[in-house]
Amino acid sequence: MIFKNTKNTYFYLFGIFALFMAFLPCMLNTYWTAVFVSVGLGILLSLSLNVILGQAGIFHMGHAAFYAVGAYLTAILNTRFGIPVFYLIPVAGIASALFAGLVARPIIHLRGDYLLMVTIGIVEIVRIALVNDLGGLTGGANGIFGISRPELFGIKIKKDIQFYYLIWTFVFATLILFYWLHNSRFGRALSCIKEDDIAAEGCGINVTHYKTAAFMLGAFWAGMAGTLFAAKMTIISPGSFTFWDSVLLFAAVILGGGSQAGVILGAFLVFGLPEIFRGFADARMLIFGIALMVMMIIRPQGIIPPAPRSYILPEIWLKKLNNRIVSEKTQD
Amino acid sequence: MEQFFQQIINGFAIGGIYALVALGYTMVYGVLKLINFAHGDLFTIGAYLGLTLFVSFNLANALPVYAAIIVVALMVMGLVALIGGLLERIAYRPLRNANRLSAVVSAVGASIFFQNAILLLWGGNYYVYPESVRPTTIINIFGMGVPVIRFVLIGASVMLMLVLYWFIHRTKTGTAIRAAAIDQGAAKLMGINVNRIISLVFLIGPGLGGVAGLMVGLAYGQIDYNMGFSYGLKAFTAAILGGIGNIPGAMIGGLILGLVETLGAAYLTIAWKDAISFFVLILILIIRPTGILGERVADKL
Repeated sequence: MIFKNTKNTYFYLFGIFALFMAFLPCMLNTYWTAVFVSVGLGILLSLSLNVILGQAGIFHMGHAAFYAVGAYLTAILNTRFGIPVFYLIPVAGIASALFAGLVARPIIHLRGDYLLMVTIGIVEIVRIALVNDLGGLTGGANGIFGISRPELFGIKIKKDIQFYYLIWTFVFATLILFYWLHNSRFGRALSCIKEDDIAAEGCGINVTHYKTAAFMLGAFWAGMAGTLFAAKMTIISPGSFTFWDSVLLFAAVILGGGSQAGVILGAFLVFGLPEIFRGFADARMLIFGIALMVMMIIRPQGIIPPAPRSYILPEIWLKKLNNRIVSEKTQD
Repeated sequence: MEQFFQQIINGFAIGGIYALVALGYTMVYGVLKLINFAHGDLFTIGAYLGLTLFVSFNLANALPVYAAIIVVALMVMGLVALIGGLLERIAYRPLRNANRLSAVVSAVGASIFFQNAILLLWGGNYYVYPESVRPTTIINIFGMGVPVIRFVLIGASVMLMLVLYWFIHRTKTGTAIRAAAIDQGAAKLMGINVNRIISLVFLIGPGLGGVAGLMVGLAYGQIDYNMGFSYGLKAFTAAILGGIGNIPGAMIGGLILGLVETLGAAYLTIAWKDAISFFVLILILIIRPTGILGERVADKL
């Protein structure tokens, strides 16, 4: 085997995709623009879940709980104190992350499926708490309405097309940030934990610490997505943060396979496919269920599983490496 | 005091149902390490099939009520078992050797499929079991009136559990199921046909779940297309409570969960009724991660 440096095509793909998404609204009517806004939110959430589920390998099926914390915090602070939505984006993120840290601390050591069940329990408890009008703040089953629109450089964002650009800008920023994160020390530690957490512990990685950090980071992003959602809808209610929403996010990540491109495709399928099937009317969710099963059976590893990590080596190292391989072969 | 005993009986009745559904989860988890998300929907299918069978064959008039119930229960058990077997063959078997989460997503797909199939076949409204098939006798014990159906419910679930316990622990096939749950590879080497064992588990579990659905219809009268979700989630909680993969554990877990939930709803808070079981789940996993009778589930970190 001769070692070679392969060109990284990821950036070209990224650029093409960004250009495509930037000009896409020219070809869309308002209905499809709205669909792409919600798909964008879905992608944002799926990417945040991917840090926890895809990169760290923590079986987490309660992501809607963190999303809900962000959205409700935004709604409460905005409607009660009139704080502009844009300032609330980091606040919601931090609140979600703190909530996630608090929740994760006692449960993070649980093995796979048990953690999965506990996270389902958490998302249900959060939903029931919201329905029961916790502290008189969450507005019960009707939720909270009258959340103000975000304002950026004096422009009030309220049309679908404006939200399209806002949310997709967020998506691309997230993609760049998480790509960088994946290749950082943190990302490498998470990959190691996913493969084998005992080996990771043996390598000196503080597994509990990193798992909790991944959890909090994912929750931070979900909280910010919650703010965007609240600003987009102006009305939020517990019905948007159910167990099923968590399951769909989970399905998007697993379906995609865990790489960034895969997660984007997975989220497109999970959040866009039911819209495409709208022609089937009542049967659309039925067909969606079949599609999920079929896709999993055809590609159990997901559509695009993450590629093995590769590094660009200086040419001179490669030459030495290859020379050694050749000389070993001739010795045999 | 009278109310307390009433609640205890209610708790055992609902606990018996949780236990029956939990058995399906725990058996499947035992042999495949898969959370069968579609199990709750198989339970709902049981409830709807029971209703349709009662109505379309007009059994309540042809037979004495209890005989009709037994006939319908057997038919529901067979049909739901068949659906469960097909589900395993189509949705889970191709994923046997794949990443475990892929099978979970396939199970989620199956669950969405079943839920919407019920919605399309029967519609989204509540259905009510006709009065003629529901034994409405109220018996008097120490001055309290208790609907006799509650006792039938408790009796039937205990009986089914005893039969299952006997089957798993005293027969050759049952031993094979336990062997497959402990180590599939070793079981294969001992000449056990693991594929057949898994198929069998997917007949027994859904069969019991289907009967539990029928029992819900008979006892509470009202059924709807997404009731499988909350019953399923609570039943799975019960399975974990007892120690997942452990059959007596699922029975005990179901009964305890039923009692805790009913008493909690009666004496603490009705609004948080559905959250009680999840609090119990989280508490049990923090305090005693093995479940009451189960294996070790937490890694030392």
